[in-house]
Amino acid sequence: MTDMPLDPPGAVAGGSRGASPPAAHAAPHGDGQVAGLRGLVADWSGDQQTFQVAWGKAMMWIFLLSDTFIFGSFLTGYMTVRTSTTVPWPNPSEVFSLDINGHPVPLLLIAIMTFILISSSGTMAMAVNCAYRRDKVTAAKLMFVTAAFGAMFVSMQAFEWTKLIMDEGVRPWGNPMGAAQFGSVFFMVTGFHGLHVTAGVIYLSVVALRLLAGKYDRGNYQIVEIAGLYWHFVDLVWVFIFALFYLW
Amino acid sequence: MEHVATPESAPQQHAQQHPIGLYFKIWGLLFVLSTLSYLVDYFHFQGGLRWTLILLFMMLKAGLIVAVFMHMAWERMALVCAILIPPGALMVLVGLMASEANYTNLTRLLFFR
Repeated sequence: MTDMPLDPPGAVAGGSRGASPPAAHAAPHGDGQVAGLRGLVADWSGDQQTFQVAWGKAMMWIFLLSDTFIFGSFLTGYMTVRTSTTVPWPNPSEVFSLDINGHPVPLLLIAIMTFILISSSGTMAMAVNCAYRRDKVTAAKLMFVTAAFGAMFVSMQAFEWTKLIMDEGVRPWGNPMGAAQFGSVFFMVTGFHGLHVTAGVIYLSVVALRLLAGKYDRGNYQIVEIAGLYWHFVDLVWVFIFALFYLW
Repeated sequence: MEHVATPESAPQQHAQQHPIGLYFKIWGLLFVLSTLSYLVDYFHFQGGLRWTLILLFMMLKAGLIVAVFMHMAWERMALVCAILIPPGALMVLVGLMASEANYTNLTRLLFFR
């Protein structure tokens, strides 16, 4: 109390808060911040910024959370119709097999698509790494490679759709192999995912071009990580679709 | 950690800079896990074993992508909780719908066949 007259006016009100005096607001993200559960409480306490990341990154995470609910609802709906139908479900292992030298290999195209998407996730992670090293040319190149993998994925999906519609006669309202819901679920879930991949290819290309053009040179190239979050999410959704739709 | 205060970044924000070898290891692991989950189908595992393996590989892959590629392992707990806890509501929905679907299937078998 003896040194109170020396304190700045704001310090008096904050003196009772102990761990987070107002003085900390000037630099709230110093290395002295508490971690773990105490950090959770401190971060959610009033009168300060909750998410100590750039707003763009926080917004991307919140968008991805909302997208999680969209895909989660789709997959739950799929589970519901598949469990409740009394008609046998078409066997995805056979429906999505490809003939190699006259022998059907189950799920071959889907497996290749899975590996392509995982590879694209790897190149995207490398791009983020290069961006934070301020090597923007390599980062942009890797983002174009990622977008190319994405375009390959969508092309293979277009091939798969064509095969299913033209050769197997699958329609959203029925198919010759079994439960009618197979087509509607397949087209909606993979279609929505393909839409995300397509949007991601455009998004990554735009960010990479702007990166090369020097639009982000004043910052720390975090935009690459934010774009990467979206791309990894697209891969993440495919992990669930692959397991729950194709392998069930 | 390098702190660059810019209009784009929060003050003194930690850049997610990690050794590149880590990404290669995770990349390799994801390839291995994908191959394993494909082999589950290739060798026609059925029943409980199939389900256990499929869900195990799925969760491992999802965990690796979120934790390392999306850097969730290094984010502050406030963000981690805000993103990872709400999907738990989906698990409740899955549970409700699973019991509802079984009931619907049962009534269809009883009355509509």
